[in-house]
Amino acid sequence: MSMAEPTTPSFWDTDPHHHPEGASTSLGFWVYLMSDCLMFAVLFAVYGVLGGSYAAGPGPQDLFDLELVAINTALLLFSSITYGFAMLGMVKGRKGEVLTWLGITLIFGAAFLCVEMYEFYHLIHEGAGPQRSGFLSAFFVLVGTHGLHVAFGSLWLITLMVQVSRYGLIEANKRRLSCLSMFWHFLDVIWIGVFTFVYLLGMIQ
Amino acid sequence: MAVEDLAGLPAVPETSFLLGRLTWQAIPHEPIVVVTAIVVALGGIGLLALLTKFRLWGYLWHEWFTTVDHKKIGIMYMILGTVMLVRGFADAIMMRLQQVMAFGGNDGYLNSHHYDQIFTAHGVIMIFFVAMPFVTGLMNYVVPLQIGARDVSFPFLNNFSFWMTVGGAVIIMASLFVGEFAQTGWLAFPPLSGIGYSPYVGVDYYIWGLQVAGVGTTLSGINLLVTIVKMRAPGMTMMRMPIFTWTSLCTNVLIVASFPVLTMTLILLTLDRYVGTNFFTNDLGGNPMMYINLIWIWGHPEVYILILPLFGVFSEVTATFCGKRLFGYTSMVYATVCITILSYVVWLHHFFTMGSGASVNSFFGITTMVISVPTGAKIFNWLFTMYRGRIRFELPMMWTVAFMLTFVIGGMTGVLLAVPPADFVLHNSLFLVAHFHNVIIGGVLFGMFAAINYWYPKAFGYTLNRFWGLVSFWFWVVGFWVAFAPLYVLGLMGVTRRMRVFDDPSLQIWFGIAAFGAVLVAIGIAAFFVQIGVSIWHRKAYRDVTGDPWDGRTLEWATSSPPPAYNFAFTPVTHGIDTWWEMKAHGQTRPAAPYLPIHMPSGTGTGVVLAGLATVCGMAMVWYIWWLAVLSFAGLIGAAIYHTFNYNRDFHIPADAVARVETARNRALDAAGV
Repeated sequence: MSMAEPTTPSFWDTDPHHHPEGASTSLGFWVYLMSDCLMFAVLFAVYGVLGGSYAAGPGPQDLFDLELVAINTALLLFSSITYGFAMLGMVKGRKGEVLTWLGITLIFGAAFLCVEMYEFYHLIHEGAGPQRSGFLSAFFVLVGTHGLHVAFGSLWLITLMVQVSRYGLIEANKRRLSCLSMFWHFLDVIWIGVFTFVYLLGMIQ
Repeated sequence: MAVEDLAGLPAVPETSFLLGRLTWQAIPHEPIVVVTAIVVALGGIGLLALLTKFRLWGYLWHEWFTTVDHKKIGIMYMILGTVMLVRGFADAIMMRLQQVMAFGGNDGYLNSHHYDQIFTAHGVIMIFFVAMPFVTGLMNYVVPLQIGARDVSFPFLNNFSFWMTVGGAVIIMASLFVGEFAQTGWLAFPPLSGIGYSPYVGVDYYIWGLQVAGVGTTLSGINLLVTIVKMRAPGMTMMRMPIFTWTSLCTNVLIVASFPVLTMTLILLTLDRYVGTNFFTNDLGGNPMMYINLIWIWGHPEVYILILPLFGVFSEVTATFCGKRLFGYTSMVYATVCITILSYVVWLHHFFTMGSGASVNSFFGITTMVISVPTGAKIFNWLFTMYRGRIRFELPMMWTVAFMLTFVIGGMTGVLLAVPPADFVLHNSLFLVAHFHNVIIGGVLFGMFAAINYWYPKAFGYTLNRFWGLVSFWFWVVGFWVAFAPLYVLGLMGVTRRMRVFDDPSLQIWFGIAAFGAVLVAIGIAAFFVQIGVSIWHRKAYRDVTGDPWDGRTLEWATSSPPPAYNFAFTPVTHGIDTWWEMKAHGQTRPAAPYLPIHMPSGTGTGVVLAGLATVCGMAMVWYIWWLAVLSFAGLIGAAIYHTFNYNRDFHIPADAVARVETARNRALDAAGV
């Protein structure tokens, strides 16, 4: 036995082996966002197929008001920036700053929703509701699904404001703020797609 | 119009504020349904009475309904799948009976309204509420054990996902007794599924049942995907994961990447029906073929969602019962990944006859044929694992061999159908029906029986009775071929699917043979229940204290049967693909002390509440009871928000409790002389 016996590898880790709390959350939320992204992909594809099916009804150039949409886009983009400021405040551990910026984000989000509802109301009033043609069905549902996401995001935002003010910037709340941050920016990205493919391309066709 | 003639239901439903379109007329009057309803109601009352008599409610609520333990949730999924299998099979046998009777002017015993619901419900139930719960349950039970984890990444979400699946099943089952189910076929193609041709509640039951269950499926897909990526034991690199874990990973990738498409497609159909949009209508710019594209973009990955985990099961079973390392582990992984990717680029083969043109059809025909290459590689890997192995023909191995023989033929008829010109002849024929039953029964169901026989001892601590298992095996396998070989013949002769009556009396003999096959399968199912019953009865005799009855290779066999709540007292460390096999080879001993407190998630009833509200909301939408829909949806959101205010979602199992469990196990092992 000149050679050393191969040592038996260790098969058990007797140290406490903790997966840190919430270690999977950001990956899980990312995966969820990608599944949500696929839902929007379906809606974009549907709009791509039905976008020209006016059924002898109005088309984009008859309906869209680019100035209104520009205001709306600005509102949403600003809300992303202000959410970013809230996250910076969170990193610095300043609760008041976080709540203030979250509040401003909420106002931008609510304003976006109001403008969108006004646009929808106006279109339906003109007889260009979602029932009018395949194009309008696809338009309303794509833009409306995005709006619905913003509405749920706002509800979530309010909930988090309550939780941050009540329990402070604890780990769990920081994790939640990061998730909502991803969600909020994700909706921005989707909106840029909507703005480009629906509104801008619609106007130059 | 027609609906009124067929079912005595109002064509244009009158709605009231309080009850929507729910009226007394919604209760079916057909004798078959009434008798079924009475039997089910009596059975249900009997069951509830028994539960109350033996004071089991508290036990069920605390130990099962509110549990976040992946093992218990997995078992509940399996029970759900088994119960729904009986319902789905009842539909199958009714169809077989109808088709064998309805010749030469005989109208059979089912009117078309009823018959069309049956073939739709059969498909929907078998895919969504039998195969999916089986697959999800299996992954839920086995994956965390195989990767040496204590639970999944999001235990509460896991409980919620399960109850959403149950909620979907409840909605589908309710359609049998209140109103009607869809008469559209299992994918509800428009314009038939539009409000014009399906004005009553059938398609709405279909939509809301699938939406409620679909939320659960998507969430459980995310959960298991993240679990596999994040929770593996130290040393378990991707290329050291057990094959079943690999196939589960790919399955969950497919779930996350395809179920949102189904969800959105059904939302669009819902809007067409409820709001009057024009996505899939024939007029005002709608496009019904777009629905068929979208639904199959989900639908084709779905069949791989079903089969991939079972490929994993066959790999585990073959390696275990041949006493050999799996042949070609790496190629098995790559084949699985190839199938995962390819499953997204074949969807159009479901409707070559749509008329997309020769080049599009050729592309999808070729991709479809290409997918048989990695599948073939898997078959060869299993065969080479068996080659010169010491094969033990235990029940799981028998099911595996039956799978290989059956599935290869099913796969080959699939390649035939992938040839577009051949498909133009065989599209929507019984040949197609025979093909997909050949791969789904021969693959998914045979695999499920292999898995149940393989892992049941792990879950309950005693093995299953072999004799009744053999009876079930032979009746199933022979019954399957007797039932479906005639359909291949009929399909080649041009008989289309979903027919209620036939003119040509020369065809009757084939339907007779198929019906006989269905009876054999029924005996196979009955024998399976007897097998479970006999095994429970003799559980002391069949007791397995080792936790490793099959001389297994992967980590789930390293712990006791059934495993303790925390799965492993100490974290296992992996050095290769067959960790438990290597542990045994090195004569490892389980570390004894000092035991440490174990951090575990606590159970919660929130999942039951949320899923219950979602189910109520779905039912309210089906029946146009708007106030209830709004109320339950608001309740759902409110309860979800309320739940987020609970920050204390975990607890520690004290070290002495762990020590008690582990010492008891050591004593049992010593007593058994292991």
